[in-house]
Amino acid sequence: MLPKKVKKRASLFTVFLSISVIGVFLILSALNDNILYFNSPTDIKIKQDIDYEKKIRVGGMVKKNTLNINDQEIKFIITDFKNEISVSFKGTIPNLFAEGKGVVAEGKLKDKKFFVADRILAKHDENYMPPELKKIMEDSNAK
Amino acid sequence: MLNFFYNSNLFNWIEKLIKFINSIFFVLLLISLSFALIFSPPDYLQGDSVRIMYVHVPSSWIGLASFTFLAISSILSFIFKIKNLKLIIKSIAPIGLMFTCISIVTGSIWGRPTWGTFWVWDARLTSMLILALFYIIIIAIHKYIYDEEKANKISSIIASVGLINIPIIKYSVEWWSTLHQPASIKIMGNTTIHSSMLMPLLLMFFVLILYCALIFLMKYKTEIIRIKKKNLKRL
Repeated sequence: MLPKKVKKRASLFTVFLSISVIGVFLILSALNDNILYFNSPTDIKIKQDIDYEKKIRVGGMVKKNTLNINDQEIKFIITDFKNEISVSFKGTIPNLFAEGKGVVAEGKLKDKKFFVADRILAKHDENYMPPELKKIMEDSNAK
Repeated sequence: MLNFFYNSNLFNWIEKLIKFINSIFFVLLLISLSFALIFSPPDYLQGDSVRIMYVHVPSSWIGLASFTFLAISSILSFIFKIKNLKLIIKSIAPIGLMFTCISIVTGSIWGRPTWGTFWVWDARLTSMLILALFYIIIIAIHKYIYDEEKANKISSIIASVGLINIPIIKYSVEWWSTLHQPASIKIMGNTTIHSSMLMPLLLMFFVLILYCALIFLMKYKTEIIRIKKKNLKRL
């Protein structure tokens, strides 16, 4: 048996909290496209109204054996294992940037298959392990 | 039983606890820091910069946990008007803010060599910054609103809004595409962090929790002294 005042405050609070949960949910779902930090190549393929002047970010994996570094530029293909986009970039790359690793490129689309980046960020995955173990894993994969 | 919660009894218990934690804290800190910084292996990809994780991850957990704790105490104190809860809220807010800031700063330092940038506006980083803002607002309310009843009301409302942010932070890496990597340690499913790195991480977490408890008890003690001093003035 709770006193009447406590009950009143509890119900007031419940109403307040449910309203704010709904409010936050509505705001987040309205902002959904803007909260996404990057688009995958598949997102870009589906997208109808692409603004070629606007800066966007494309993210995915650097496809194996496609990284091509020469004096002028770095070229590679971003893949999400369904669709691909080729990227060309001039500038410095972060330490963790490598083939088969995650990457986010910032820049402009030339067309749906070609992207000119002016900034490259490496995306780290959630795996942490000592180097010896990685070697053992690679060896067992090779066999 | 209820006697326990009276401040003068509580005061003695707090003194004893502080002494106990003080006696073991530095030894444990030395042990876990040496595991984290020296004995644990470097990462296969990041090399030695993985050691930042041993501070970054526990700080984030503590930042999230203390806000959850703070928000639940605020809600209970708003509904049931329990006096001690108010002291708990005032003592825990600065600790949470400190660890949230540590998490953001160490994350930036880690992000520069690995991602190639100090800061990006992705969902995880932004929601963590919002958490820090909630802490600052709650601390400011308790500092600048002198009417305690009113301060308590306003801060519980803000804390309950902030509580919604906690699951958003936790699941931001799964709901949206972010630069921040998803969680390595999962309650359900496989943990993707090798045990030789998991052990120092959990040790550091335990030590930082002890540190939190120490600061919390000291703050709580000060709040009790402040109340007693106020009452003396009134006499």
